[in-house]
Amino acid sequence: METILTAPKNIAASTPGNTTNISGSQAVLEAFIAEGIDTIFGYPGGAIMPIYDALYDYNKELTHILVRHEQGAIHAAQGYARSSGRTGVVFATSGPGATNLVTGLADAMIDSTPLVCVTGQVFAHLLGTDAFQEVDVINITTPITKWNYQVTDATEIPHVLAKAFYIARTGRPGPVLIDITKNAQLQKFDYEGYKKCEHIRSYRPKPIIRKEFIEKAAQLINEAKKPFVLFGQGVILGKAENEFKAFIEKANLPAAWTLLGLSALPTDHPLNVGMLGMHGNYGPNVLTNECDVLIAVGMRFDDRVTGRLDKYAKQAKVIHLDIDPAEIDKNVQTTVAVWGDCKETLPMLTKLIQPNQNKVWIDKFSEFAQKEYDVVIHEELNPRTDIMTMGEVIKTLNELTNGNAIIVTDVGQHQMVACRYAKFNQSKSNITSGGAGTMGFGLPAAIGAKYGAPNRTVVAITGDGGFQMTLQELGTIMQFNVDVKILILNNRFLGMVRQWQQLFNDKRYSFVDITSPDFVQLAKAYHIEANSIDKRKDLKNALQTMLNHNGSYLLEVMVGKENNVFPMVPQGCSVAEIRLQ
Amino acid sequence: MKQEFTITVYTENQIGLLNRIAIIFSRRKINIESLNTSPSESEGIHRFTIVINETEDVVRKLCRQIEKQVEVLKAYYNTEDEIVWQELAMYKVSTEAIAEKVKVERLLREYGARAVVIRKDYTVFETSGHREETDRLVKFLEPYGLIEFVRSARVAIIKSSHGFHEKLKEFEQTEPGEEVIENVYLSKQAEVFTM
Repeated sequence: METILTAPKNIAASTPGNTTNISGSQAVLEAFIAEGIDTIFGYPGGAIMPIYDALYDYNKELTHILVRHEQGAIHAAQGYARSSGRTGVVFATSGPGATNLVTGLADAMIDSTPLVCVTGQVFAHLLGTDAFQEVDVINITTPITKWNYQVTDATEIPHVLAKAFYIARTGRPGPVLIDITKNAQLQKFDYEGYKKCEHIRSYRPKPIIRKEFIEKAAQLINEAKKPFVLFGQGVILGKAENEFKAFIEKANLPAAWTLLGLSALPTDHPLNVGMLGMHGNYGPNVLTNECDVLIAVGMRFDDRVTGRLDKYAKQAKVIHLDIDPAEIDKNVQTTVAVWGDCKETLPMLTKLIQPNQNKVWIDKFSEFAQKEYDVVIHEELNPRTDIMTMGEVIKTLNELTNGNAIIVTDVGQHQMVACRYAKFNQSKSNITSGGAGTMGFGLPAAIGAKYGAPNRTVVAITGDGGFQMTLQELGTIMQFNVDVKILILNNRFLGMVRQWQQLFNDKRYSFVDITSPDFVQLAKAYHIEANSIDKRKDLKNALQTMLNHNGSYLLEVMVGKENNVFPMVPQGCSVAEIRLQ
Repeated sequence: MKQEFTITVYTENQIGLLNRIAIIFSRRKINIESLNTSPSESEGIHRFTIVINETEDVVRKLCRQIEKQVEVLKAYYNTEDEIVWQELAMYKVSTEAIAEKVKVERLLREYGARAVVIRKDYTVFETSGHREETDRLVKFLEPYGLIEFVRSARVAIIKSSHGFHEKLKEFEQTEPGEEVIENVYLSKQAEVFTM
């Protein structure tokens, strides 16, 4: 077993057995450096002051981004993790600082994002006394962390943080929270160096791969007349994009993506048949109930993907590849479960499957795609009225970025439209809040995404509602000159809820009519260049100006007030009952 | 169909783990009928015994969610006929009442009870067994004025278990090697070690 020992800062590499006297706070930062962390998103406060004091001396090794709200810090860390494939790191203080992380933790938990959050806590002797800014953050965050732990003694810090990073990034990734009492941050102790964690007795990040199930799965695929592949974020988290492509290409397997699987396979790949679920494409939804073998790779059959479960793919034999054994049979009964990391299981499967044309079957997807294009997409992308649609904005953006940008979205109609129509050439390019559906995610996540992929164009596509939930992070963009392009698709409504009220509540528009400030003035107050347009003739130029601008830029595009996102699988309906209008 | 299941969980001994396990049930609005934590046959490994009423499908999913917790090594579920189980009960009664009116010898024999404490003012009996057995003694003693009654959580031994030691060894391998991939559990889907 390889162990990595690093000497603390400003101290010559020590020979094994030598110790140095450092504080708990220094030990935290040493752990970050040893884990290859370079960027921290955070906000200081009383109970985390010793760590911030130590950070003062580490400004060469560690970049700290001061956000405007702890929720912004954690969403930024999520964006960082998602665009870079690395672990995001967050600092927050005790009490309200820690509770402000809750939404982001829940989001990262359900979307399997690797994070290590360090929160300050009151002195150990004050625990349980209702001390100032004391909150039981461990118990609050237990259901929304993969692991959490409270440190009350500095000597625990090196191995606890090693464990934290190991747990966050291995297996099915997830958020970890380490709560450190102030006394432990201040306490000096004999530091023996940092040793990376590589094994925990009770934790098996990867299930054992069982060859005979791979053989069974291959047999099913080889016998299939109408095989259909569904892929999720597991392909991206497993860094298995190439393995996945090789797999579907060998037997010409049509593949549809979940919201978080988007960008794992290039948009224009001939076997990419589109998006699954409530606002997914027509063919993938309808044909889910016609395929004979359903092959799910790194996805968890969310209810937004499956619609009504008792009418979901009942005719199909189901093969489920997942690293998390708890996902097998959770929602959909599998015929063959292929436990394991898809980076390893996919090549094993590819080896055993036979080339196949599946031409008639694949053509069926094209037929449905044509029908969807005729009824929905053509009008969405080329509207006959003067009122702009969200879809045409995305289409024009595609033309200008050629699908090379990282698209970060918020939550709502614009999210569905962006994910439906945005073009992607490479993986880790779509960053969105899937399982939690957190409005306000977009802007801070885009900041983090830029730090995670500094050489790429990052466009935050957001709505007028979601933007107003975390717009304080414009301050972060201003202070750190973060080059994020902000595209607000403003329909002057909380559009998704309005759409449901229109379709299912007799147009009783209950509190969805939201007013907005002058976004251009707002951006300018933060010294961010901005523009607002409401005419189609200005769209291309305005988008080009935004993309060409040196630095951050905000563009507001006024779109139709009462446009709806279609197709749609109404709640409680089967995927085959998808509506085109 | 809902029925009684006994879940046995092998874990690390860590603060907060009880909460992590308990909220897996409460999140799904499932009541825990009985819960016991104790050391196990393996050193440093704790054992939870949890009793719930649910369908097998739900219980299987619950066990997977429990196993997903970092500090949990393994969770098993069993129906009543697959385990040997006991509960301990204690009964406090007035010594005076009992000495005068009850044939104590009969009590001790018929109910397998033991007197733990005998004082002038009260006597504490103890018995262990299944719920019906401990309940029967409650019924018997009630007319004489039962001052206090308490029953422990269930503890259970799995009949078919060969112990956790061997599995733990396999578990502790950092990376599953070829011999693990080809291990004997492979042919037994139900018994396979999933983690």
